[in-house]
Amino acid sequence: MPSAAPSASYLTSHSAILAFLLVVVGFVAVNLVLWKIIRPSRFSEEKLTTYECGENPTGSAWIQFNIRFYVFALLFIIFDVEAVFLLPWAVVFREIGPLAFLEGLVFIAILAIALAYVWRKGDLEWVRTEDRQV
Amino acid sequence: MSGLSDHWAGLSPVAQQFWIAVLKVAVIFNVLLGLFSFMTYAERRLLAFMQFRLGPNRTGPFGVLQPIADGIKLFFKEEVIPEGANRWVFVAAPAVAVVAAFLSIAVVPYGGPGLFQIADLEVGILYLFAISSLGVYAIVMAGWAANNKFTMLGGLRSAAQMFSYELALGLSWVGLIMLAGSFRIQDIVTAQKGGLGLLNWFCVVQFPAFIVYLIAATAEVNRTPFDLPEAETELVAGFHTEYSSMRFALLQMAEYVNMITVAAVGTSLFLGGWLSPLPLLPDSPLWFFVKFGLLLFFFIWLRGTLPRFRYDQLMHFGWKVLVPVATLWILVTAGLVTAGVPGFRR
Amino acid sequence: MELFEAILFYVFAGLSLLSAVVMVAQRNPLYSAFALLVTICSLSAIFGLLGSPFIAALQIVVYAGAIMVLFLFVLMLLRVGREEPEPGRQRVLKTVAIGLGALLLAQLGAVIAGIRPQVARGFDASTRSMARVLFSPQYVYVFEATSILIVGALVGAVVLARKEP
Repeated sequence: MPSAAPSASYLTSHSAILAFLLVVVGFVAVNLVLWKIIRPSRFSEEKLTTYECGENPTGSAWIQFNIRFYVFALLFIIFDVEAVFLLPWAVVFREIGPLAFLEGLVFIAILAIALAYVWRKGDLEWVRTEDRQV
Repeated sequence: MSGLSDHWAGLSPVAQQFWIAVLKVAVIFNVLLGLFSFMTYAERRLLAFMQFRLGPNRTGPFGVLQPIADGIKLFFKEEVIPEGANRWVFVAAPAVAVVAAFLSIAVVPYGGPGLFQIADLEVGILYLFAISSLGVYAIVMAGWAANNKFTMLGGLRSAAQMFSYELALGLSWVGLIMLAGSFRIQDIVTAQKGGLGLLNWFCVVQFPAFIVYLIAATAEVNRTPFDLPEAETELVAGFHTEYSSMRFALLQMAEYVNMITVAAVGTSLFLGGWLSPLPLLPDSPLWFFVKFGLLLFFFIWLRGTLPRFRYDQLMHFGWKVLVPVATLWILVTAGLVTAGVPGFRR
Repeated sequence: MELFEAILFYVFAGLSLLSAVVMVAQRNPLYSAFALLVTICSLSAIFGLLGSPFIAALQIVVYAGAIMVLFLFVLMLLRVGREEPEPGRQRVLKTVAIGLGALLLAQLGAVIAGIRPQVARGFDASTRSMARVLFSPQYVYVFEATSILIVGALVGAVVLARKEP
């Protein structure tokens, strides 16, 4: 352990969250155990079929889904990293002054170009025109 | 009674802090549980009034015991795990949902520093951002595990919607962090204090960010008009179609707690938290609960008023309107702060 | 207090190691992803214990909240099934893995033997001090270069996703 150990108040405030986490986990566990004890169990094959509006389910649901979900997940990661940079930038914004404004301006401008590129190329469309033709 | 206070004084400071923390956690957790059950009742009742119905009114006076009756009923329902499902993930998903939902409310202050908050973290806002990003897992897990087409589509839609709007949510906070100069939520609340009362609040100073926050938060917690993942006409009940009994109750609880969190965070960040709206009145936790209640009512009101978005419209709105607007507003705020415009100087 | 801290440290360190082992050993890629998630969360807790809540939060926001979600999406979307070992290839892989593992262990040993344990004195890892350094004139160009890197990643990702139906 380093000697620059966090102060006691730092630890207590964070361990309060840990305690809260334990309470929530405990609550869920107690509920589930209690439920396990008192719930009835009347087994029947029919009950276990996957719900498909009354039809017999055909095939598995674990099939390949629309690629758009994946593209948006990628977009999110990239802009999430942007947000992660902007948050500490905002904290020290006043301290640093005009330089910070310039830094942020250039940073956001470059990312705005990226957003414009994706937009222009039609990747922000949920239904892309190429998809439609297929 | 004096015996207790003597005993208390005899404890070491660390032990005192420990017991205060235990007490806070216990009280806040129980209040949240109570609030959750009340919200299930209040929502049904208010929606009913908006639609010229009565809503649940038979269990106890005005039906207020309805949540308890529902809870007891759900305990006596049997367990159903569909045959094609992945048992582990199916069982884990509701628990993950509840834990993630409760955790984020730990940093919200209900009153001044000290007693009215579980933890006043230096990185409060980042913590919120982090925990809210974990909420996606529960939904993806629940949607995937049941091996049902409705849940799968509902889960994927919901996840894509959540992270798209989470971005706008995070960006809407940047402006007020800039004005407060801190991630600490308590600091952000006190930064809204000023001679003008409610005109100093960030919902006025940061009006565009406030609107972005309200919209993004509604989408983040999957409520109307953004409740696409549960669009019952197309996807039955979305990601929780296959869930029943206690597991369903846990998922419902997670949803309501998420709504409570979003309202509490909005109150602290934009509506001045526990500050009083008029300069002459004293600040008090009471104000927090008044504003918080109003925001909760707002969410229910939205549900009673607006129709649902179409999914492609929803994604377009998030990426082509909210994210650009939030980003632009960050730059405007930065410019105003640098220029030292009154209200942005502090 | 120090004892409490040490206990927490060992709990999270153990958890991160355990889940890392599970991640490698697990044949179902989805379970591997969940194990990696546990690793990331316990690493985040360790960063928090070391007095750097900012890095702890970043760990969750970026890795757990964004990158792992993408992993899960890919695993679900592409329907990656259980990995079935092929006997012939397996033997070759095992030999290579053992060799590489031994090399890594040797390197680690050499590095650890060469270090004289030093205590970082009064190091301020708070968000504010970190941000102050990051946005100081010293790192302006690096910071701006990051945005270009992000743009590059974005364009690459979008183009790759477009190619393949």
